[in-house]
Amino acid sequence: MIRYLIKKLITLLILLGLVSITVFAVLFVLPGDPAQIILGINATPESLATLRAELGLDKSFMGQYAHWMGNLLLGQSQQSIHYKMPVYELIRDSLAVTGPLALLAMLFALAISLPFGIYAARHQNQAGDVVVMVCTQLGLATPEFWFGILLTLLFSVQLGWFSAGGFPGWSTDCWGSLKALLLPAFALGVIRASILTRLTRSSMLEVLSEDYVRTARAKGLKERTVVYGHALRNALAPVLTIMGLQLGQLLAGAIIIENVFFLPGLGRLVFNAIGQRDLPVVRDIVLFMAAAVVVVNFLVDIAYAVIDPRIQLE
Amino acid sequence: MDPKLLTIEALSVHFHLPEGVARAVDGIGFDLQPGETLGLVGESGCGKSVTALSILGLVQSPPGRIEAGRILFESRNLLRLDAEGLRRIRGRDISMIFQEPMTSLNPVLPIGRQVAEPLMVHKALSRSEAMAEAAAWLDHVKIPAARKRLDDYPHQLSGGMRQRVMIAMAMVCRPKLLIADEPTTALDVTIQAQILSLMLMLKSELNMSVLLITHDLGVVAQMASRVVVMYAGQVVEEGRMTDMFDQPFHPYTRGLLKSMPRLGDRRAGRPPRLNEIPGTVPSLIEAVSGCRFAGRCPHVFDVCRKQQPDLFKIGAGQRARCWLKRYPDRRKPDA
Ligand SMILES: Nc1ncnc2c1ncn2[C@@H]1O[C@H](COP(=O)(O)OP(=O)(O)OP(=O)(O)O)[C@@H](O)[C@H]1O
Ligand SMILES: [Mg+2]
Repeated sequence: MIRYLIKKLITLLILLGLVSITVFAVLFVLPGDPAQIILGINATPESLATLRAELGLDKSFMGQYAHWMGNLLLGQSQQSIHYKMPVYELIRDSLAVTGPLALLAMLFALAISLPFGIYAARHQNQAGDVVVMVCTQLGLATPEFWFGILLTLLFSVQLGWFSAGGFPGWSTDCWGSLKALLLPAFALGVIRASILTRLTRSSMLEVLSEDYVRTARAKGLKERTVVYGHALRNALAPVLTIMGLQLGQLLAGAIIIENVFFLPGLGRLVFNAIGQRDLPVVRDIVLFMAAAVVVVNFLVDIAYAVIDPRIQLE
Repeated sequence: MDPKLLTIEALSVHFHLPEGVARAVDGIGFDLQPGETLGLVGESGCGKSVTALSILGLVQSPPGRIEAGRILFESRNLLRLDAEGLRRIRGRDISMIFQEPMTSLNPVLPIGRQVAEPLMVHKALSRSEAMAEAAAWLDHVKIPAARKRLDDYPHQLSGGMRQRVMIAMAMVCRPKLLIADEPTTALDVTIQAQILSLMLMLKSELNMSVLLITHDLGVVAQMASRVVVMYAGQVVEEGRMTDMFDQPFHPYTRGLLKSMPRLGDRRAGRPPRLNEIPGTVPSLIEAVSGCRFAGRCPHVFDVCRKQQPDLFKIGAGQRARCWLKRYPDRRKPDA
């Protein structure tokens, strides 16, 4: 297990390095001069040159990359051009919304897809299974923003249980913040649960016809133990893979849902930053998003090994 | 008091498939005394496993369905029990081991836990008590350093070792009946012999009955005192081991015996001769009006194709489903 972990960790670090170079290179070749954007079109060439030197823009590619990464590793990020504050703080603040939102959404997705997927597999081709499958089909076809709007109409406008949008902030109103995330997280979770339910069902169906499940039944185990103790763990791997992908995506921010619910998340931050040509913000967020995907994948790999002891050998 | 441990009467199990109804088991019956080893033999696909699985209620359903019959275990009809009643019998009174030791153990659970589980559900032992007993059983089935291997996973064991784990798992509750479905087919010959002698040892130790399913008559000869021969979902002959080997009646049984590689052949330096029975098993889906073996039988005559023979009494405890009992002069001299 330790060796497997170390191997995966080394792969993770290499990947992160490659990701950072790629992100930097792509944004480096993009046209547009940050100094020009900051000072506006009336800036004198002298002031532009001074600012460029200040920002390190006169250095070579590798020099600029080293400058950027070095500062990031030291925990000092550049200033946002538009917000005039460190990018690090901007990301931290929006992550305080996006992080819990993503986790909550995956929690909803898991809480829906596992029971329903297992139920459908155990009652294959019976009425309950058909209902579940039709619902997942609907879920796959439903745009999440539309579903979010429906939820708002019902729970906020009609019933008045939730506010219709906005985010008070964790330090001001912790409970209110959680409540503000519930509806959007549910909208995101339900849509993602559709594919996960189908996956759980098909994976479970396959495992339930395995010889060792028959052995478990032949031992006289209760059906509950057979399904949850013996079959589920074997069926989980494909579900985990897709969950990892979904979580990585969600951590990158859900722009549309954030706009529907007026949440100051990462999606909105990067959307605005692109519009304002705020290069330092865009660069660090893109790096963060890519890193999030890589790190989540790493965690999925670890989870695999915990679930299936055979994996550590490969 | 019924001296029989298990009685199967007129059992029919059909599979309802898109292409039709496959009569995998079609009115079979046999019984088993306490302490007896019964061999159930027949070609691949003749319904041996389906028979065994129906005893424990493990036939996959759908598509399988038990259409008729009774399975009496200690005078209780297992087919009438509800799921919970059946569950209490599985692994406690009746255990089963399977052909494929590679796939019959759960790959993600340690073997100690898998062996201990029946003790926890049936004997209400605590986890640590059950683990201690599991270790003792793994040691008993001759797994080296058993105590250290409790946390091993199946992939860390060889095929033979896995089958030993399966046997330990089936034995922990000291069942009255062990159903062994081709327990050695997937193993190589030396390991086969070891597993068989282990089973013999445990059988006499626990005084249990064994239903031994195999298509290897050599294995039956070593283990069983009585044999039931199945063909296409039916019993075609049954009798004591010695009678069946000395004077088989049914042409199918004779064919099976002839197809056995003989030790003498090999000693004489010749390659072992395998006399295959010509032809193939009839489809289980099409209705057959006469004898199911008619298409492959060297002695076939007009009656065979028209009407299905009953199980005729041949001798003490020996019965065969063959018209030759009624029309002995139709038997051709064996080639
Ligand atoms: N789950 C199933 N679905 C459909 N048909 C099945 C199923 N299980 C068994 N059958 C059919 O029932 C028949 C008998 O199968 P069974 O497994 O009992 O044969 P067997 O005598 O055990 O053969 P083998 O020596 O190959 O194990 C076969 O023709 C098979 O196609
Ligand atoms: Mg079989």
